[in-house]
Amino acid sequence: MTAEQIIFLIVGAVTLASALMVVTARDLVHAALWLVAALFGVAIVYTLLNAGFLAVVQVVVYIGAIAILFIFAVMLTRRQAAKDTGPALNQNWWLGALLAVLTFGGLVALLQTWSGFSKTASAIPSGFDAVNELGTALTSPAGYVLPFEVASVLLLAALVGAVYLAFNKK
Amino acid sequence: MIPLSWYLILAAGLFSVGLFGVLARRNAVAILLGVELMLNAVNINLVSFWRYGDVSLMAGQVFTIIVFAVAAAEVAVGLALVISVYRRRNTVVAEELDLLKW
Repeated sequence: MTAEQIIFLIVGAVTLASALMVVTARDLVHAALWLVAALFGVAIVYTLLNAGFLAVVQVVVYIGAIAILFIFAVMLTRRQAAKDTGPALNQNWWLGALLAVLTFGGLVALLQTWSGFSKTASAIPSGFDAVNELGTALTSPAGYVLPFEVASVLLLAALVGAVYLAFNKK
Repeated sequence: MIPLSWYLILAAGLFSVGLFGVLARRNAVAILLGVELMLNAVNINLVSFWRYGDVSLMAGQVFTIIVFAVAAAEVAVGLALVISVYRRRNTVVAEELDLLKW
């Protein structure tokens, strides 16, 4: 077993354990902090996949913006300490658990029938600059400039919508 | 070298955990946390298919960036809705928001 595989197994186990804590932790602030741990694990997985730029974006956008936004929302929607004692899960949680296990089993069973399932990665050609290629692909008309522009319109619409929804009219 | 299957199984596990969170949590903010886990699982799949396919085709990484943008938009609007609901109903528990239920 190579060092890379050991790192992957440790990171994968920590990520999955943190994800389980996210969905089971009673205190929502704890759940949001466990989400930060799971997102860091995913950032390390990106690094193992030679996508360093995406790992940086993951830390800046997901952990720096989205996770902090969650913590703000949890603190703004806290009920009085005495009232906040209901169960964390609804009464149909076992059905959700069953469906999640079935989804996992189904996905793994389906993937195992695919011939490329246990394929290994070919080496990255020397002189290949992934960040340069990504920037070119995002901005060239022959590449993905249209989805890129649509994403900017989507972000603007979400910005306006979020301000409008959360605005206090009084 | 890590085989592709390990990444795919990790992503499937993360997706299932997120699905459980969406289906089983009572708090609306916690449901959005589950959605984030599912989006991250999809991103792991996209990046690993980019790495194990032809690395000069950037579609996997480009769509990971698009998913980042969509996730940011979804969280901003979702949390604004939760805060707006909290102001009117003084609760964020999903099953207490039953105005549209017969």
